[in-house]
Amino acid sequence: MAMVTTTRIPIRMNTGGPMLDDFLLRASLAGLGLALATGPLGSFVIWRRMAYFGDATSHAAILGVALALALHLPVAAGTLIVALAMATTVSTLAAKGWAMDTTLGVLAHAALAFGLVAISYVPGVRADLQSYLFGDILAVSKADLGFVWGGAALVLGLLAWRWQALLTATLNEDLAHASGLNPNRERLVLTLALALTVAVALKIVGALLIAAMLIIPAAAARGLARTPEAMAVLATVIGAAAALGGLQLSLWQDTPAGPSIVTAAALIFAVVAVLARRQRG
Amino acid sequence: MSLLSAQGLTVRFNGEDVLSGVSLAVNPGEIVTILGPNGSGKSTLLRALLGIVPLSAGQVSRAPDLRLGYVPQKLSVDRSMPMTVRRFLSLPLRVNDAEATAALARVGLPDVEQRQMAALSGGQFQRVLLARALLVKPQLLILDEPTQGLDQPGEAAFYRLIEEVRRETGAAVLMVSHDLHVVMAASDRVICLNGHICCEGTPRVVSNAPEYRALFGLGTQGALALYQHQHDHSHDHDHGHGHDHTHPHSHEHGRSHA
Repeated sequence: MAMVTTTRIPIRMNTGGPMLDDFLLRASLAGLGLALATGPLGSFVIWRRMAYFGDATSHAAILGVALALALHLPVAAGTLIVALAMATTVSTLAAKGWAMDTTLGVLAHAALAFGLVAISYVPGVRADLQSYLFGDILAVSKADLGFVWGGAALVLGLLAWRWQALLTATLNEDLAHASGLNPNRERLVLTLALALTVAVALKIVGALLIAAMLIIPAAAARGLARTPEAMAVLATVIGAAAALGGLQLSLWQDTPAGPSIVTAAALIFAVVAVLARRQRG
Repeated sequence: MSLLSAQGLTVRFNGEDVLSGVSLAVNPGEIVTILGPNGSGKSTLLRALLGIVPLSAGQVSRAPDLRLGYVPQKLSVDRSMPMTVRRFLSLPLRVNDAEATAALARVGLPDVEQRQMAALSGGQFQRVLLARALLVKPQLLILDEPTQGLDQPGEAAFYRLIEEVRRETGAAVLMVSHDLHVVMAASDRVICLNGHICCEGTPRVVSNAPEYRALFGLGTQGALALYQHQHDHSHDHDHGHGHDHTHPHSHEHGRSHA
């Protein structure tokens, strides 16, 4: 695979028009929108040990891009469909008792490889591959912004609607069952939320690092929270700080934006881990 | 009318009968214990009664609008999930602070509301699970090996608590166990399970049933006799302390199915 090249910052004149004409503002808003979805969902990814599951689903997004481009569909639609198919497959196999470590390892990497091979057949896309793998937050359009916030609102709405049931089923499926809940339905809600988040995040951090945006902010929040709700909120705040911080890093050092955001998240995680340890010790 | 009953309940996994033709009923206010060795299908029976495991044959019926409190066999609150005791009690139904405090006081755990679930001891954890189950004001409490991992005094204390709860709230209790004497002392009725119902009746009847002895072996006799010893004293005339442990003391007849 080619080395990471720097993301080209689109040169636009700030003509003092409507605020959203500023690419940096749009990028910041996109990052904040993403954090809204990844904070609470990422907490579930950690609680349910779904990290690899997130990997498989987000890597499948590349295959979705390839299919969308080949079939002249909107990229977001292709991503959403393939991510949903992957998430459903994985969750069905899990319910059937497959060895998840191996299954997910195979599916995650196979999806990425298939996607990369498939995309090479689509003429004229090679140049854009970078942006699908690592995101292109600085080129987010107004329409993209609407998609990001719409998707994030949907994810948040789903999670808020099923919150109590999701927490109960995450603790213990029998307990949920005995309370008249259906753990399978709750799993489906999370699967759907994950596919939506992947579609939303592709443009911002790229397929390779979506799972990182789910896991790292939530992991950093864990050390500071006493309840599930506090962890979800803190994960959102940390995700937002990472998005804004990473964006600044990217502008300042001319580094690729997606990896810069994840770098910022990882730095926050490290600081929180040290502080939490010191506080305890 | 019974709160929960099963007729001819059969559960098959991969073509093999895990449970076959199990019929039972739990009546209001009674403590019923399902006793059986490992792999006898005890937990599967509870899960089938709760509707978690699909039945291959037979049926389960519940009293209409049955309020049911459930204490699962093990619930590991992963360290990755921060969860205070107070927050846990509000899952999935939110309860107010007064109800939460009262439930914790009932199980003998005042002042643990703000503790993390993962930081509780085994005995405290089981009590919190029980407190949560009590919050629905259950007519029937279902407990799956509630004392696993507790030491013997802890176990005895937990069963005493169950009896107290039954006395105060009138809730019926259906529980599963593989311990013998301690749980027997706390039960009105014992069902001995090994894929099917081997025998059932009062603890005394069951402990004398040959099916029970075949299942649990003779090694348990000492402990059982100890239990019978105490129990018999309250009913029969005093035998003195030079007890002959090999002789059963009672000759009641219970139902028994081979």
